[in-house]
Amino acid sequence: MSAIPTIGVLALQGDVREHLAALTAAGAQAVPVRRPAELAGIDGLVIPGGESTTMSKLAVIFGMLEPLRERVAAGMPAYGSCAGMIMLADKILDGRDDQETIGGIDMIVRRNAFGRQNESFEAAVEITGIGGGPVEGVFIRAPWVESTGERTEVLARLEDGTVVAVRSGNLLATSFHPELTGDHRVHELFVDMVRTAG
Amino acid sequence: MSTTPATAQNPETGTARVKRGMAEQLKGGVIMDVVNAEQAKIAEDAGAVAVMALERVPADIRKDGGVARMSDPDMIDGIINAVSIPVMAKSRIGHFVEAQVLQALGVDYIDESEVLTPADEVNHSDKWAFTTPFVCGATNLGEALRRIAEGAAMIRSKGEAGTGNVVEAVRHMRQIRTDIRRLGTLDETELFVAAKNLQAPYELVKEVAGLGKLPVVLFSAGGVATPADAALMMQLGAEGVFVGSGIFKSGDPAQRAAAIVKATTFYDDPKVIADVSRGLGEAMVGINCDTLPESERYANRGW
Repeated sequence: MSAIPTIGVLALQGDVREHLAALTAAGAQAVPVRRPAELAGIDGLVIPGGESTTMSKLAVIFGMLEPLRERVAAGMPAYGSCAGMIMLADKILDGRDDQETIGGIDMIVRRNAFGRQNESFEAAVEITGIGGGPVEGVFIRAPWVESTGERTEVLARLEDGTVVAVRSGNLLATSFHPELTGDHRVHELFVDMVRTAG
Repeated sequence: MSTTPATAQNPETGTARVKRGMAEQLKGGVIMDVVNAEQAKIAEDAGAVAVMALERVPADIRKDGGVARMSDPDMIDGIINAVSIPVMAKSRIGHFVEAQVLQALGVDYIDESEVLTPADEVNHSDKWAFTTPFVCGATNLGEALRRIAEGAAMIRSKGEAGTGNVVEAVRHMRQIRTDIRRLGTLDETELFVAAKNLQAPYELVKEVAGLGKLPVVLFSAGGVATPADAALMMQLGAEGVFVGSGIFKSGDPAQRAAAIVKATTFYDDPKVIADVSRGLGEAMVGINCDTLPESERYANRGW
């Protein structure tokens, strides 16, 4: 693959602009994607933070869900932060009954696990595979990973052991929002994953 | 699988980044006014990113008159328990005790709102004192920056709530965006007097001039009644939309709510907007803003 991969950001709802900026800073060509046809031109996909129930609903209505599942199943690298982590989970807890996910990562994710907005917090998080010290983790009504399957590698935990970042093959997910911090190391890791996959 | 060395030190709640970041997550979405758990569920089913809990929608506040206050805690609890999406609620301008109560109830965002009867005609609440983030209305950039200086983590245009008439929301959104663009044309020396004219802190004025946008998320509110209204506000630069009376004062709230959600995502695609605009039944009747007496203009509240 060329040195500059094209990475889409799922632009149905959420903090799309921040991910586009972080991906650009990390050396990718970043483009918003909302329609099935737009998936053809991308080498990897970021699923942003946002409201996962809204994103799920819009993905179904506008015919994005199945094409996304097919691309992810076929090995396209994907990274999800917060709501994006929920979208990449094979199974979720505390979601809506009709809530769909793209899936791909063998894990169970609990939605809004840390509580409401008043419990939202920042904490330094050490991530396996990312050097240069901990990243600033911004957790906003964040999900956590309740359990992981055998193929799923845990990349970060909070002090109490809560799993907040995982990787499974070409798929990456964090409970927190690196796109809000100006620190692009998580996005650099993902851009590298996309380059390697190509 | 596997072990990891990871750690987290000193989790910190209520930071500016956590408050502003919450609003970033709502972008591209629709926040709907609801007055009970049943309406909240309809909103969530339609794909709302959050609901705004209030006792009466603005159209009814206009009709009924009297003092409009924070909602009954039982009603807010009922809505919080009915849905899994974020719940916002309104306090009166300057009524920081209503805001304290809303924080204690666990709402996710507080709207210090001109739709309710102001409690203080000089001061807004000190929003830095709260863990819960605040959204405030503004009619121009100076007003937006004064609210941000007081700690607001999100701004919305005021519009003219409860009218079903988008004209004031358009006026305010254009004003805010024009004010921002104008700052971008000034040199550094000119920013001092720009701050004086805007009646806003110099540091914030300088930040906006550099960013070309507000340092917080900017939504539209006040008079959105149709999918095309929502898309209009998005094309004018709103990052998301509040819809108040426009949904539950219309003929088919569930359908209209879902249509406005879709039009907000595909705000720049007239074909989608056309498709979702079909078969929605009657829109709310609406009020012509130029026949509204000054005393009934909510946008004049707050300063």
